[in-house]
Amino acid sequence: MPVIQTKSILNGERLALTRTLSQIENNTSEGNQILEELFPHTGKAHLIGITGAPGTGKSTLVNRLVFNYRHPHKGKNAPSIAVVAVDPSSPFSGGAILGDRVRMQDLAGDPGVFIRSMASRGSLGGLASTTSGLVQVFDAAGFDIILIETVGAGQAEVEIASLAHTTVVVEAPGLGDEIQTFKAGILEIADILVVNKADKPGADNALRALRNMLSLTQPEKKSVAHHGEQLAVEQSLEINDLTNQDWIPLVLPTIATTGDGIAELISGISKHKEYLKSSGGWILKEQARLTNEVGNLLQQALHKRWNSSISPSEYEDVLDKVVRRQVSPRKAVERLIKGAGL
Amino acid sequence: MENSQTKIRVLIAKAGLDGHDRGAKVVARALRDAGMEVIYTGLRQTPEMITEAALQEDVQVVGLSILSGAHMTLVPKVLKMLQKEGLKDVKLFLGGIIPDEDKPELAKLGVDGIYGPGTSTQSIIEDIRKACQ
Repeated sequence: MPVIQTKSILNGERLALTRTLSQIENNTSEGNQILEELFPHTGKAHLIGITGAPGTGKSTLVNRLVFNYRHPHKGKNAPSIAVVAVDPSSPFSGGAILGDRVRMQDLAGDPGVFIRSMASRGSLGGLASTTSGLVQVFDAAGFDIILIETVGAGQAEVEIASLAHTTVVVEAPGLGDEIQTFKAGILEIADILVVNKADKPGADNALRALRNMLSLTQPEKKSVAHHGEQLAVEQSLEINDLTNQDWIPLVLPTIATTGDGIAELISGISKHKEYLKSSGGWILKEQARLTNEVGNLLQQALHKRWNSSISPSEYEDVLDKVVRRQVSPRKAVERLIKGAGL
Repeated sequence: MENSQTKIRVLIAKAGLDGHDRGAKVVARALRDAGMEVIYTGLRQTPEMITEAALQEDVQVVGLSILSGAHMTLVPKVLKMLQKEGLKDVKLFLGGIIPDEDKPELAKLGVDGIYGPGTSTQSIIEDIRKACQ
């Protein structure tokens, strides 16, 4: 395989771009090398996350959203857009059906759009472990907007919030009563809440329930979840004026199949971007994202190092003792870490 | 355990205007269960759409399902466009209703495998694995 030149990616050559995405997805050393060289060129694109339960219409919404972005009113420039769409891998075979393109047919033939499907490959947070790498490549390649569609997410798949600048959570009518809106998790990460399929019965109830939920919340200092620990944002960056002008999530109805409400969604997304830029939230999000990225890589690297240091016989021996209830799982981990000399 | 290994990526597309996608779905499902990543594009794909998707998804294999009889028009177009985009190494597999007399011509054009009704999915899986080695 010929060596991919970083320059070709920066110049927007599609073949080099697509081959690079595969290298990164497969976690090859060549892919990681290119990522190194591209990193200084990243940080320009607006990263927008689209998440929500399966069947709420995420892909159809992405299709419409991108179409409208690409066909703006006269006199305005259309941004170039990359879409990264994640679907789940089978826990049994490791295979996957990546079907998001089925809903994105209106975008075919547009040279300003690049759609890449990826399988989650065992990750549980709604993204794949290499999604942020793919996003960085698109960012360096000069795409103005990168839309990241997560796997159909339930309540706890919130990884997207630490990757995207703007997180759109898509709901549909009939997915539960008001109590569902109280719960922690996915609704908390929304910068914009969309009730899609707003022509279906129950849409008004869903909108009302979400607005009620938001009206119960007092704006307060935001914090960033990091490996389950809450880090207050002020602690990590000295931006204190966030509290006065905190973002209150928008609640918007859409009908993705007809395009109703999409213009309002686009303007909501731009408003959120402006808010981030003016409040200092943009830098904060960047910081949270990169911190998260380093944390993940550190975890992977440590695991890899441990994996190559431990002898398989010792590993099996310890596991065997755990199964026979001679050693507790915690003690087993202690031994295994010691055994690897870490 | 590394969860980062190379996967075979296959594009399954229904080319042309017929709406019978059961065969394509059966194959897509079988490939999924064989551990491959299948990009399913659905019905009525033009050669342009197929080529664009093959490029963006960087697949090793394109599987076309054609039951309309238009294969002698569609297949050469797809092959030509794949070449033009620099995707010379992408394998093209064909499924559907393909008369025997057309098969030598299609093979000469560069089709890597043709599968009619009654084909076992296992043989398709094996052929794809072989082609991707």
